[in-house]
Amino acid sequence: MNHADQPERRHRRHRRLALVSVLGGVVGLTFLVVGRAPAGADSDLEAHGRSLYLEGCVSCHGTKGQGVGGSGGDNERGPRITDAGAAGAYYMLSTGRMPLNDPNEQPHRKDPAYGPKDIDALVAFVASLGHGPALTKVDLADASLANGGLVFRADCQACHSASGSGGALSYGRAAPSLREATPEQVAAAVRSGPGQMPVFGQGDVDRKQLRDLVAYVQYLRHPSDRGGLAIGRVGPVPEGFVAWSVGVVLLLACVFWIGTRSPIRSRPGANADADADADADAHTNADSDADVGSEP
Amino acid sequence: MSAQSPPRGPTVPRTRAKKAAGRTATFRGARWVDERIGGAKFARTALNKVFPDHWSFMIGELALYCFVTLLLTGTYLTFFFDPSTETTTYHGSYAPLRGVEMTRAYRSALELSFDVRAGLVMRQIHHWAALLFLATIVVHLARVFFTGAFRKPRELNWIIGVTLLTLAIFNGFAGYSLLDDQLSGTGLRIAYSIALSIPLVGTWVTSLLFGGEFPGADIIERLYVIHILLIPAAITVLLAGHLYLVVRQKHTQFPGPGRREDNVVGERMWPTYAAKAVGLLFLTVSVLSMLGGLVQINPIWVFGPFDPAQVSSASQPDWYMGWLDGALRIMPGWEIRAFGFSIPNPFFPAVLLAGLTFGLLYAWPFLEARVTGDHDLHHLDDRPRQRPVRTALGVATISFYAICFLGGASDVLSTTFGLSVNAVLWTMRFALFIVPPIMAWATYRLCKELSARDGVPTASQVDWREIPHRLRHGSGPDDGDADENEDDDDPAAAPAAS
Repeated sequence: MNHADQPERRHRRHRRLALVSVLGGVVGLTFLVVGRAPAGADSDLEAHGRSLYLEGCVSCHGTKGQGVGGSGGDNERGPRITDAGAAGAYYMLSTGRMPLNDPNEQPHRKDPAYGPKDIDALVAFVASLGHGPALTKVDLADASLANGGLVFRADCQACHSASGSGGALSYGRAAPSLREATPEQVAAAVRSGPGQMPVFGQGDVDRKQLRDLVAYVQYLRHPSDRGGLAIGRVGPVPEGFVAWSVGVVLLLACVFWIGTRSPIRSRPGANADADADADADAHTNADSDADVGSEP
Repeated sequence: MSAQSPPRGPTVPRTRAKKAAGRTATFRGARWVDERIGGAKFARTALNKVFPDHWSFMIGELALYCFVTLLLTGTYLTFFFDPSTETTTYHGSYAPLRGVEMTRAYRSALELSFDVRAGLVMRQIHHWAALLFLATIVVHLARVFFTGAFRKPRELNWIIGVTLLTLAIFNGFAGYSLLDDQLSGTGLRIAYSIALSIPLVGTWVTSLLFGGEFPGADIIERLYVIHILLIPAAITVLLAGHLYLVVRQKHTQFPGPGRREDNVVGERMWPTYAAKAVGLLFLTVSVLSMLGGLVQINPIWVFGPFDPAQVSSASQPDWYMGWLDGALRIMPGWEIRAFGFSIPNPFFPAVLLAGLTFGLLYAWPFLEARVTGDHDLHHLDDRPRQRPVRTALGVATISFYAICFLGGASDVLSTTFGLSVNAVLWTMRFALFIVPPIMAWATYRLCKELSARDGVPTASQVDWREIPHRLRHGSGPDDGDADENEDDDDPAAAPAAS
């Protein structure tokens, strides 16, 4: 058995050696070509990203981000991502939406599968695949909340709701809550339009507007909550729920408390007539009603 | 009884009464009034009115105290609210809206919430009180319905009660539409479309009410007059009539020992019931203040000023309009053409369903009397289990409107529980026709079982007229003592001072 295996192993070893030498050659050539400039660090990052990509993403998005078709239609397994850009990749990876366990699943926010360095590498690689939107750095120092609110109400609240709590779209899709979105993620989502979301380019939301918008979304994470406990901030449905489950219940408890005769009162302290009545009631009334008798 | 109370009756010698009570300012004040405009007889009658002592007879009072709270807090709000659609720029203390253009109505609502002392808490108490005013009216209505307290001779008071409910719904809607935030504008937009869908008169009604095409320049001012003057005045007048009829016709009561069709057993207005009523007033105001102070309601600053071109997801009306919104959502998108005209889709869920709902509510006492052939006077209430058919129909109706309401919350339900909004809507479409019959059947069986356990036959097994008769003759001792109203059978006769 061992003898039979040995040639196989030798073959593998040869293949590995060949691969390493080829890779080494490529890396060496790259170094020769671009030298030790900062761009070299980028392509390092890209190469690291490529290897991560070929491990974790290739099965759905294809080797060059062209997407993978299933048995039925085009790109059923995973969409084309050549123009997702750095913004699209950053949004999907940093919010944990990608990778998906199951291609039929709706992506939703979870803990990111990759660390920050790996995400940077993957973002660099995906950006190199086509001409997608770049990551936008937002400096919130001079942002105007009022202006951001105007943009938010015009472009975002129809799906994400005025309070940023998210909302339902048709057939099980949903606009996510913005309560956990970081400034970079909001900016990336606006520019790349993930999922059902439209892409908002420079013409729709310019740089200043984007900065203000991001500031407003950050504000919505912790808005001025005057007036006490914020019950979901999704309008009158939870308010109606509280009105019935707390308000009506408390008021009925008050009514029951005030309107029900305490049984102790018809004992020794009460006058003789009332006692007689209570006794008589006990004999004649088979019902379990507590409110019998007519004492003062 | 303390020395403060007025003399009770002629059994007390006049001189002694004078000596005992004449010292107090209350007595002298009361006599001063009585000598000039009279009223002692009325006061004696009122103070001697007997209230039945079951807790469920106090539910209507909750609604009354919510209304009192609404009047008090509403008055405070009118000092600061500016019902104008004139455009202005906000420069108040809420930073995220500073420099934004808005109507004066919305600006003054923001200032009420951020800059007026106690403005926000008053606004919140007002809004919670409105939600609970409607809720307690509905609970009160359910109590009256399920116990058959609407039967002859109280049909008139039932009609007044249903009118109060519709007025309260309209006023609630008018109230939250005043603020001119995004949510209220969306509600007005829907109301506009509903009014527009009324065949023949829709266009006329809307331009009359809104003063032109939506949004209309006059709607806020008009709603303001309707909200703070017209409807509250109508409610006050009808409420007075409602209470007058309760005094005039006396309360109903549950059957029991000593309780007959021609008496009321319970506690007198003075002193016992007055103490209970005042206690309940304080408790109601405390619950409303607690909610207003601790739980945020309608945070208009999050919604932003109304812009007809914008809408937020999860836009719902307050709960008492929610069933209508739900009916609109549940209704499939059918357009029907008849006689060369198209009948707009909102007509069926919003106009026809609402018309049927309140039409049936108004007609119920007469419908039931017609079906049962019962045209007698009733002062003893039914226990719900004794009338399985009525109880079953009532429970089915409640479940119908509850499903409508859930349909109105379809998007909130689907985001909260991670469901597809289409699946929720389709579930509601089926549930609307499946759940009420199941509820009716289950309630009917439950009533039958409970009655069988009690050993009391239900209305369908015996002639219903026997029930009060049986209870009267199988009753305990006749409590003809101090707390019984010894009036004759005719409730329309002037209440005698016992």
